[in-house]
Amino acid sequence: MQELKRAARMLLALTALTGVIYPLAVTAVAQVVMPSAANGSLITADGEVVGSSLIGQGFADPKHFWSRASATSPTGYNGAASSGSNQGPLNDALADAVKSRVAALVDADPQRRTPVPVDLVTASASGLDPHVSVAGARYQVARVAAARGLAPDAVQKLVDEHTAGRDLSVLGEPRVNVLELNLALDAMHR
Amino acid sequence: MTANGILQTILYFVVLFALVKPLGAFMARVYEGERTFLHPVLAPLERALYRVCGVDPEEGMSWRTYAVAMLLFNGLGLIAVYVLQRLQGVLPLNPQGFDGVSPDSSFNTAVSFATNTNWQGYGGEATMSYATQMLALTVQNFVSAATGMAVLVALIRGLRARSASSIGNFWVDLVRSTLYVLLPLSLVLALFLVSQGVVQNLRPYESTQLVETTADADGKPVAEQVLPMGPAASQVAIKQLGTNGGGFFNVNSAHPFENPTPLSDFVEALAILLIPAALCFTFGAMVGDTRQGWAILAAMTLLFVPLLVLCLQQEQAGNPRLTAVGADQVASAVQPGGNMEGKDVRFGIARSTLWASATTAASNGSVNSMHDSYTPLGGMVPMFLIQMGEVVYGGVGSGLYGMLAFAIITVFVAGLMVGRTPEYLGKKIEAYEMKMASLVVLIPPAVVLVTTAIAVVAPAGVGAIANHGPHGFSEILYAFSSMGNNNGSAFAGLSANVPFYNLLGGVAMFVARFWLAIPILAIAGSLAAKKVVPQSAGTLPTHGPLFVLTLCGIVIVVGVLTFVPALALGPIVEHLKMIA
Repeated sequence: MQELKRAARMLLALTALTGVIYPLAVTAVAQVVMPSAANGSLITADGEVVGSSLIGQGFADPKHFWSRASATSPTGYNGAASSGSNQGPLNDALADAVKSRVAALVDADPQRRTPVPVDLVTASASGLDPHVSVAGARYQVARVAAARGLAPDAVQKLVDEHTAGRDLSVLGEPRVNVLELNLALDAMHR
Repeated sequence: MTANGILQTILYFVVLFALVKPLGAFMARVYEGERTFLHPVLAPLERALYRVCGVDPEEGMSWRTYAVAMLLFNGLGLIAVYVLQRLQGVLPLNPQGFDGVSPDSSFNTAVSFATNTNWQGYGGEATMSYATQMLALTVQNFVSAATGMAVLVALIRGLRARSASSIGNFWVDLVRSTLYVLLPLSLVLALFLVSQGVVQNLRPYESTQLVETTADADGKPVAEQVLPMGPAASQVAIKQLGTNGGGFFNVNSAHPFENPTPLSDFVEALAILLIPAALCFTFGAMVGDTRQGWAILAAMTLLFVPLLVLCLQQEQAGNPRLTAVGADQVASAVQPGGNMEGKDVRFGIARSTLWASATTAASNGSVNSMHDSYTPLGGMVPMFLIQMGEVVYGGVGSGLYGMLAFAIITVFVAGLMVGRTPEYLGKKIEAYEMKMASLVVLIPPAVVLVTTAIAVVAPAGVGAIANHGPHGFSEILYAFSSMGNNNGSAFAGLSANVPFYNLLGGVAMFVARFWLAIPILAIAGSLAAKKVVPQSAGTLPTHGPLFVLTLCGIVIVVGVLTFVPALALGPIVEHLKMIA
């Protein structure tokens, strides 16, 4: 009985410490010191939120760079319900989906003869992947340039500006932020 | 495998092992009650906690009292998590207006978080209010981890005590683990994660205009994207450090708001193994021979590295079916290549497989990629690491106490070979200790195999499968391996948020946690009461390569004999189908 009382008091005390004081302290410091990062790294244009630099969006217009496939429902890149496809490696639906994504990319740029990078035609883990690989962006340069009537070199230059290398030169993968790249492309036209 | 992939993996181990000694020595000082650099700030808080809760820190406990205190505390925690979920609809800090969680899901989640499993049938951003995330889930992340560490410390005291009746005080071990180890590390990690972009606020979800309007399945236009918010960083930090693994968002640390950069990923992955590895040093320091701790750490690492390498190699080799339909999986300087289904580009293959292996070696269970979409053998690695009983680093505290049970079995087997009474660290290992150690080793596989067998014959069990054929069997086997070893990761295609899985899994998690902790405490009590026998020429040294290799052998034999038949029906058949 005495241990039960101790247990109840201990749970309340540790709840106050780790469930109230700790998260609120982290929130307070984060909001004062790094509010942008703590609030979703939002991108604003003309006072309006146009996205987050960390969360991808879906694109289908040939004038835009396309993101990776997203398995969220009911639409891809649903920020309120992150999800991967969870398709097993031998699931026919996976091979069929990859096949049709490859076909869509090839149809949009029939002259292109280079192979299709795997990340461009597979669904990400989060369903919100903001990046494609450098190869995945390069694959689309000619199509975007043609659709916009721009020189491929100008588009490639923009891709290079939005390419991040590995963190500390070692960690992760080189990558291109698709939303930021497309926003920059759209801004060029204005 | 790529050169960079190998380099990232080596870098991980270099940093991890560099931290083992400083953190391990610090924890030993904390548990011994010695002063540390944090005492000026935290010692008054520690004393205040004891005063408020009516705890006498000098009071020793028998193993039974210790176990009762642990069970009462965790039982109350379990009830609190259940009640908070059911009531969240009427509680504050619920900007999205989420309703109370269903009874079966609440039960499953309550057991899951109280047992340090963090299996999640729900998706965080669509289910849980900020109040539930903070007051229920974050709290259990701390105290379930601290419970595991307390039980370990009690076992260590039992090993080194001489003819004693006490194995320490549960409340003291619980408070010290939380206050001096978990809280300071979490505070630092949480703020670092915010700096990388992990969200930390109490705001309602943000809405943003999409650049391109899209349409849902019914053809209705969708012009907005909802960006989830919340106090994520504070929870992510402790779920990584405390081998909990329960994500703030549905896809866990694959979510860009939970793990935004490769650097945040490196640090989060480091946090998975940090405390379990450092506790090996703490163990050595507390028994007065650090070689004993290094030997255990060496055995864990020997078991871990080959499996990690297999996972990395298989995923980088990719999926031949995708090559056949025109995807280029060859890695180069400009693309990760490999099996990228269910992986995010910033992590690529190397960071994804390192995480998948570490999170299942430790009983963490957080993910940064979707294990369900791994190649057959790539996905078998995390499953097998779980099935080895979560002793390869393992959960904070629970991993090492599980491994020490294997060590007891190892000296027993070695004793049988030479016909001598086995001893470990100067304590005779007799029938009672062996019975208890056998329980610790045999209960999880029994739970896993029985629950899997029930699920594959029950319509509700099979109905949840997402991928049919051998992969569907793997989904079920993985689910119960995960719950039956308190891991928490999943082959997430399985629709497990249904009463069948919630209830059966809840029972599995409960048994796997407490029916292991109680025998461990019984061993601690029994060993504490024994005299120390002097070493002789016939004593098997437990810090040398012979012991390390035998220990590895015992862990593998138990794991292999128990699970290879089941694995043959799942991933191995699937692999043969893939290469056929």
